[in-house]
Amino acid sequence: MAMTDQAPDQTEAPKVSDEVAIDIRNMNKWYGAFHVLRDIDLTVYRGERIVICGPSGSGKSTLIRCINALEEHQKGTIEVDGTTLSSDIKNIDKIRSEVGMVFQHFNLFPHLSILENCTLAPIWVRKTPKREAEETAMHFLEKVKIPEQADKYPGQLSGGQQQRVAIARSLCMRPRIMLFDEPTSALDPEMISEVLDTMIGLAEEGMTMLCVTHEMGFARKVANRVIFMDAGQIVEQNEPEEFFGNPQSDRTKLFLSQILGH
Amino acid sequence: MTTSAPRSPAFVRHEPLPPQAPPVAETGMIKWVRENLFSSIPNGILTVAAIWAIYSLLSVLLPWIFNGVWSAESVRDCNEQLAGASGGCFAAIGATWRQMVFGIYPNDIYWRPVTAFVLLGVAFAPVLFQNVPRKLLYFTLLYPFVAYWLVWGGSLLVPVTALLGVVLGYVVYSRLVEQSFAMGFFGGIVSALVFWWLSGFVVGEETNVLALSQVETRNIGGFMLNMILGVVCVSLSLPLGIVLALGRQSSMPIIKWICVVFIEFVRGVPLITLLFVANVVLAYFLPPGTNFDLILRVIIMITMFAGAYIAEVIRGGLAALPRGQYEAADSLGLDYAQAMRLIILPQALKISIPGIVNVAVGLFKDTTLVSVISMFDLVGIIRGPILSSTEWSGVYWEVFGFAALLFFIVCYGISQYSQWLERQLATDRQ
Repeated sequence: MAMTDQAPDQTEAPKVSDEVAIDIRNMNKWYGAFHVLRDIDLTVYRGERIVICGPSGSGKSTLIRCINALEEHQKGTIEVDGTTLSSDIKNIDKIRSEVGMVFQHFNLFPHLSILENCTLAPIWVRKTPKREAEETAMHFLEKVKIPEQADKYPGQLSGGQQQRVAIARSLCMRPRIMLFDEPTSALDPEMISEVLDTMIGLAEEGMTMLCVTHEMGFARKVANRVIFMDAGQIVEQNEPEEFFGNPQSDRTKLFLSQILGH
Repeated sequence: MTTSAPRSPAFVRHEPLPPQAPPVAETGMIKWVRENLFSSIPNGILTVAAIWAIYSLLSVLLPWIFNGVWSAESVRDCNEQLAGASGGCFAAIGATWRQMVFGIYPNDIYWRPVTAFVLLGVAFAPVLFQNVPRKLLYFTLLYPFVAYWLVWGGSLLVPVTALLGVVLGYVVYSRLVEQSFAMGFFGGIVSALVFWWLSGFVVGEETNVLALSQVETRNIGGFMLNMILGVVCVSLSLPLGIVLALGRQSSMPIIKWICVVFIEFVRGVPLITLLFVANVVLAYFLPPGTNFDLILRVIIMITMFAGAYIAEVIRGGLAALPRGQYEAADSLGLDYAQAMRLIILPQALKISIPGIVNVAVGLFKDTTLVSVISMFDLVGIIRGPILSSTEWSGVYWEVFGFAALLFFIVCYGISQYSQWLERQLATDRQ
């Protein structure tokens, strides 16, 4: 994985195709009586890197968790890779195996070694032979630069290393879309960059990515679209240059001044 | 104006100081005694009181043990030999241990339960220890049928058809489970039942094929009966408990409520009541003429009882797992059965080990309750035939002490194993 020190120019960035990867239409979700997501319309094209930001409680995590059905939406449609999400469990499992997810708290399996964490899903879901799954796992562990930890257990690794393993674990399923739910929020400051570097490398390879994050530097560097959410709605979306340089809504301006102000 | 601090004199050590022996009061026995036994006045008083209590206990117990009579014809003979001195009549153990261990099992075929017991160790080895060859698990699967044949005897056809029924049920299950779990589950059970029903006609005729002499259930007793009940019920109640615990967490309301009602009902009823039900009441519900073995009925009741408790222990383990583990398993595309088997249960069971062992040890000791429904288990045989015999009436301490020792050895072994297992599985520690 070519992880260059400099940010790639926009012109060098991988091409976004006009093939639709995720299509969300008029999606609504309630927690009991609380309306968390309101009329979400979002089309993600293959190869897009989208950063979703917004104040806490704005529904940004819920939005990406709806995409792989970790949360159930009540109204509207979500189409992933041409498959419409329904409550059919086979359908859900199919979408989940195509969509990788990285969590805030890593959620590695503590009773399995790093290598077993990475090979488990390919072996059981994809029915990959063990040998082949291990080769794939080592390939991705090398990509996230921790092949030497393969035989350790998650508890023996630092937070940054655990999160990189979590990314490798998702990649082992060869997903076409990656979802990141605040991947750096639970990390010590000095470990954030190692995880972001991994994500940048992934973006450069043309992975379709949706990232919920507050790392605005990352958003400027790799995103080709930034989405700002508040109170369960998409308030503003734009290219990063425009979004940071020339925000339109007052809510966005306030948010940006709060997180960039110091 | 500033006052300069007094200048510290320069110092260089050229010869390192050799280590010296610590003062006597800081080492060995004296230090330990002072710190642990007499660190304060109340502590000192407690120490003296404890020493006095231990002394008065041992001053009775030790003479009783060392004066004990090891060979005597009867309790009267014992008393004559002791001539008024304090001492145990351990001859009773020597004279009755066969009864206590085997009940009224025929003397000449003790080798059969003993073989079954030895094979039990072989069958459990691959389950309990990871480094035992995995191939032995096949023997573990065969063991219940072998053990049944050895202990109860009869034609080899009985356990073989039972085994074939299980195999058939499993084959049907694995064929149908691709389509739906429920179909596989019920298809497997039904095909096994049909097979057993049909083979009943054949086996009923051929009672002499490779037959061992048959032993009636009422002749099976003593510690052997406790072991049979304990091993069978623990082995069965663990899977039952897992199923109940998962069922209680199910999102399907009917399954959830069946499990909740079952668990709460069984936990709310004393075991002894369930045993009475097994002994007396169940017979009214069965069609007349069915020979439904009493041990089987008791096993069902104890298993249900222990299963409900284990289910609650495992539920605690499941609840202790962070939600993220479920979500991570889901997000990788694992289906429910895979997520449970590979991710959730290994962790939940590990957390539950102390609780499960607690239930298992309790259950093993509770098997002595069957003496109340007049089965001659270890306690039953002591209270009944042994203590009411003319030779050994009144030797409570000696024989009950022996019974306690047998139970203690097994329970302490289980407890030690579980602690060892916890250490083996401690991978998530830093």
